[in-house]
Amino acid sequence: MLLMSNSKPNDLNQSSASARIGLVLFVIYVLLYAGLIGIVLFRPELLSTRPFGGVNLAIAYGMGLIGAAFLLAIVYMIACRIVEGSPASRQAASPGVVGKKQHRD
Amino acid sequence: MLYETSPLAIAIFSVFVLSVIGLSFFLGRKGQSAQGYYAAHGEIHWFVNGIAFAGDYLSAASFLGICGMIAFYGYDGFLYSIGFLAGWVVALFVIAEPIKRLGKFTFADALDSQFNSPGIKLAVATSTLVISIFYLIPQMVGAGDLISPLLGLPHTAGVVLVGVVVTLIVVTAGMVSTTWVQFIKGSLLVFFCGVLTVMILNRGLIVNAGGDAAVELKPQVKTVCPDGTRLIDGEPQSKTHDLRPVGTIKSLPARYAGQASTGPLGPLAYLAAIEDSTIVTWSSKKHTDAQGVHTTYSPVERSGKDLLKPGGYFKGLTTGTLSDKLDFASLMLALFCGTASLPHILIRYYTVKDQAAARKSTVVGIAVIGAFYVLTLYLGLGAMVSGALDPTSSNMAAPLLAKTFSTTLFAIISAIAFTTVLGTVSGLIMAGSGAVAHDLVENYFQIPLSDHEKVRCGKIAAVGLGIVAMVLGVAFRNFNVSFLVGWAFNIAASANLPALVMLLFWPRTTKQGITAAVSVGMFSSLTWILLSADTFEKVYGWSREASIVPFSQPGLVTIPLGFLVLIVVSFLSPRPTQRTG
Repeated sequence: MLLMSNSKPNDLNQSSASARIGLVLFVIYVLLYAGLIGIVLFRPELLSTRPFGGVNLAIAYGMGLIGAAFLLAIVYMIACRIVEGSPASRQAASPGVVGKKQHRD
Repeated sequence: MLYETSPLAIAIFSVFVLSVIGLSFFLGRKGQSAQGYYAAHGEIHWFVNGIAFAGDYLSAASFLGICGMIAFYGYDGFLYSIGFLAGWVVALFVIAEPIKRLGKFTFADALDSQFNSPGIKLAVATSTLVISIFYLIPQMVGAGDLISPLLGLPHTAGVVLVGVVVTLIVVTAGMVSTTWVQFIKGSLLVFFCGVLTVMILNRGLIVNAGGDAAVELKPQVKTVCPDGTRLIDGEPQSKTHDLRPVGTIKSLPARYAGQASTGPLGPLAYLAAIEDSTIVTWSSKKHTDAQGVHTTYSPVERSGKDLLKPGGYFKGLTTGTLSDKLDFASLMLALFCGTASLPHILIRYYTVKDQAAARKSTVVGIAVIGAFYVLTLYLGLGAMVSGALDPTSSNMAAPLLAKTFSTTLFAIISAIAFTTVLGTVSGLIMAGSGAVAHDLVENYFQIPLSDHEKVRCGKIAAVGLGIVAMVLGVAFRNFNVSFLVGWAFNIAASANLPALVMLLFWPRTTKQGITAAVSVGMFSSLTWILLSADTFEKVYGWSREASIVPFSQPGLVTIPLGFLVLIVVSFLSPRPTQRTG
């Protein structure tokens, strides 16, 4: 059974490059998210401090996480567009990509 | 509290519902293929799909539940906002493109794309159904809770109304109408919440909004007698003798000394002003005696400083036992991992053209959903100090807040809250109908179906699920709905995420590994929940201490368990044949 796919053969190179960028950005976000949870669990008194003189850290960090998600998303989109536009990615991908045989049980 | 049924609300409401049904019939008039029914022909524009993500995802739990939780308990509701949104990061960076690449109509298609295994089809179809049903229950119960006060109809009528309308939407044009309903609802929801936020900021903080201080600060008692009658402070409840609305500012920050209100404030100034104010919140205590069940609502003065930090709802964070901390970490993990594992979100990826569109639509989704969650903080805090909260119902916080500005806005927000349920429920029924008709009937039981029959099967499944949803919505009417949403997230994350991630990133994954991971993830999280202290207390009515699991949210244990099972079983089974990466 052929793989149900919308991608062409040379999408594979692009996909792995985008996937790698995605993973890096993902790990960054995981660290930021874990950071907030860590502070909540282990140093909660920090959350009432007011680093910018206005709102407290709890709110600033929370809003920051929401903003960071969007920011990282934009960075990702731009990075993928660059990767997909580059000449290297348009070379033919490794053979044997299309038409995998699959065994029935 | 008793509510005035607002004719305006009913009117706006009916307009929304009839337009949405009309739109569905119009969209469904073109003859349908399976590709059209399940995946909207793959023709949905990425921008539309992005907004539809928001309309699909932002359910009553997000809108009413989080605002209500913030209004009553402070910061902790915002932690749900943060967790829910963070899950979209997982969706974008880990899931979006591969899912699009691998699948055709359903999540089972994606997981099974390389193996063609009946085991996988069965396990994943089952997990899709289980998760969808768990997610459906709180939506239906929430719909009933909304409709009763607003339209003056009994709870059951609300549930039936939602069930019938959604079934009509899904049966007429499947994913096409579902997408547009979600698009419309997403746009309206975010737009009007934006309007409401601007009005909140413009109003600023007012001391003792809506009330007379001397009267306001006395405790109130609601009694439910054995025969069902309700008393307020000893007298029968009626429109003229009812619970007083609550939630006000006792004193403003020092810099506003002598003023009764702050006047319009900017977004950051508003938060800073709340931080420095003293606010009257309300606690509730139940006790039962021969006269009935008495709930006493008492005012509690809290400083804004205490309200704007964690611990108001997650009390365990401040008392500090290890098991409470693990429970919290487990919940945040489940929220993070759960979004990208929800079947009704994943199927939205099949409605766009290609992977680039999948990516762009996720970015739009993140922008809209993120903006909405920022707004929830203002809505919740605005409600907290509005002087209009119903101490018995946190779900009504947002609509009641709107009412303090204008009845029209109240009517609009209530109607939108209802369509919020419509959008999510139609997504869930689509996911469930795909699991039944496409994954089970067509692929697992291998019953050959023509394209036309596939659509018919999907529609019949949708009707069946609509009926199941209505029955469950009535059966679970007294349940705490955010509890059930948490269940759904835990099960989704435990059953689906390990299989999906390992399939994408670990070539040694075998079909037995996937089947085992999905099954074990689903059963272990379900069993854990059924044995948890929360369930013992709220579902069976037993003592919390009798529970044998250390904390209530299973994610911290069952998500890694899913990964472990997949790895072990994959190593124990034959190497998979050559696959694409």
